[in-house]
Amino acid sequence: MLKGGVIMDVVTAKQAKIAERAGACAVMALERVPSDIRAQGGVARMSDPQLIKDIQKVVSIPVMAKVRIGHTAEARILEAMEVDFIDESEVLTVADPFAHVDKHKIKIPFVCGATNLGEALRRINEGAAMIRTKGEAGTGNVVEAVRHLKLIKKEIVDLKSMSPATLKMWATHQRVPIELVQRVKKAQRLPVVTFVAGGIATPADAALLMELGAEGVFVGSGIFKSRDPRRTAEAIVQATVHYKDAKKLMEVSTGLPQPMAGLEIGTLGIRLQERGH
Amino acid sequence: MTIGVLAFHGDFAEHLDVLKSLSVQCREVRSLADLDKVHRLIIPGGESTVMSRFLDESGLDKEIIKRVVQGSLPIYGTCAGAILLAKKVTGKNAPRSLKLIDMVIDRNAYGTQAQSFQTELKLKGMKKPLPVAFIRAPMITKVGEDVEVLASHNGFPVLVKQGSVLAGTFHPEVRGQDAIHRLFLCI
Repeated sequence: MLKGGVIMDVVTAKQAKIAERAGACAVMALERVPSDIRAQGGVARMSDPQLIKDIQKVVSIPVMAKVRIGHTAEARILEAMEVDFIDESEVLTVADPFAHVDKHKIKIPFVCGATNLGEALRRINEGAAMIRTKGEAGTGNVVEAVRHLKLIKKEIVDLKSMSPATLKMWATHQRVPIELVQRVKKAQRLPVVTFVAGGIATPADAALLMELGAEGVFVGSGIFKSRDPRRTAEAIVQATVHYKDAKKLMEVSTGLPQPMAGLEIGTLGIRLQERGH
Repeated sequence: MTIGVLAFHGDFAEHLDVLKSLSVQCREVRSLADLDKVHRLIIPGGESTVMSRFLDESGLDKEIIKRVVQGSLPIYGTCAGAILLAKKVTGKNAPRSLKLIDMVIDRNAYGTQAQSFQTELKLKGMKKPLPVAFIRAPMITKVGEDVEVLASHNGFPVLVKQGSVLAGTFHPEVRGQDAIHRLFLCI
């Protein structure tokens, strides 16, 4: 029931409260926002359960939290805490170089990142209930989120022109069951809700991605690294709902205090989107 | 007759799909101008705090109440939509509601996403049980005398009606079920 909404990264209960008041449809609890992880380096892990508990106490909207790719034990801890969603995230340091978490074995729904259709379907086959683009987190640069969303959409359309034999080959090559590929070919969409994430920093960024067919938006560093988090959060919520209404977009974008500083993708030392595949 | 679905946030697309499958005219509602063009309204599931905010900002809340009082706008609210129709909302950070059904509703009473469940409901006046989903559902804890209970689960009402306002705490639309929508079209 998150569709059309904005999910915001928060690192304290106070931030969670600000996000909820601004109209977030869920919050993502983590120990550091992606731009800090990028700047400070080191191993990024699941956040302290105490922080998640504090956040669960103060908000009534769903609380999500991140685990490292393949870190089944972190996922079990979040399951015991009854968070609403687990994000198996490339923003944290990878824990298992061979496999993602077997999500069918955990009763909490998962959201996972993807850069293309094959990756999205591998995650869905492992049990993900929601897909988001990876984008390039912590950069304030929307280009990679646009790339991933457009690529997934294009690859879904491309399935239409494949012969049954080619489709089977594609499925084998992507390591996903042919039945899942056939379902996507027929429905012309992923079988789960599809959000965008990674680099969204302004209301216009959110509107751009909604216009391209995203069903909702994750905003990480973009809110609490901006000069006025409350106003930025409210403006992005408005832009996500009213993405078709240019006048409304103009209103919410006008006079907004400085957004987070951005990074050019070509200058990055680490590309988070390359973690997990 | 055109059915509007409040489309600020939540699973409005699923409701529109059910309505389209019933071949009724339908449209998204985000503004007063949209509301003007519809004869009935569905308030979908989602986060009631988010929707309450947008209802207030758009001025739709006052117009909806006005039209319900005039008797010119039957409404069906599911899950968060039911919360927004209740006279009183209990639980953490309760949103401001439209107060159109005399009932008390407890927000997120069933718990987190992990306690979401699917079940089959027996509906008053219907032979076949209806497969539905309860997702972070609210619980109707008390209803007034003028409220008709159409279905219950574990002793608590889950589908209620007062006048031309219908509220259900579960989601028929996520499982493609149209029985409640057909019921709503006949109110």
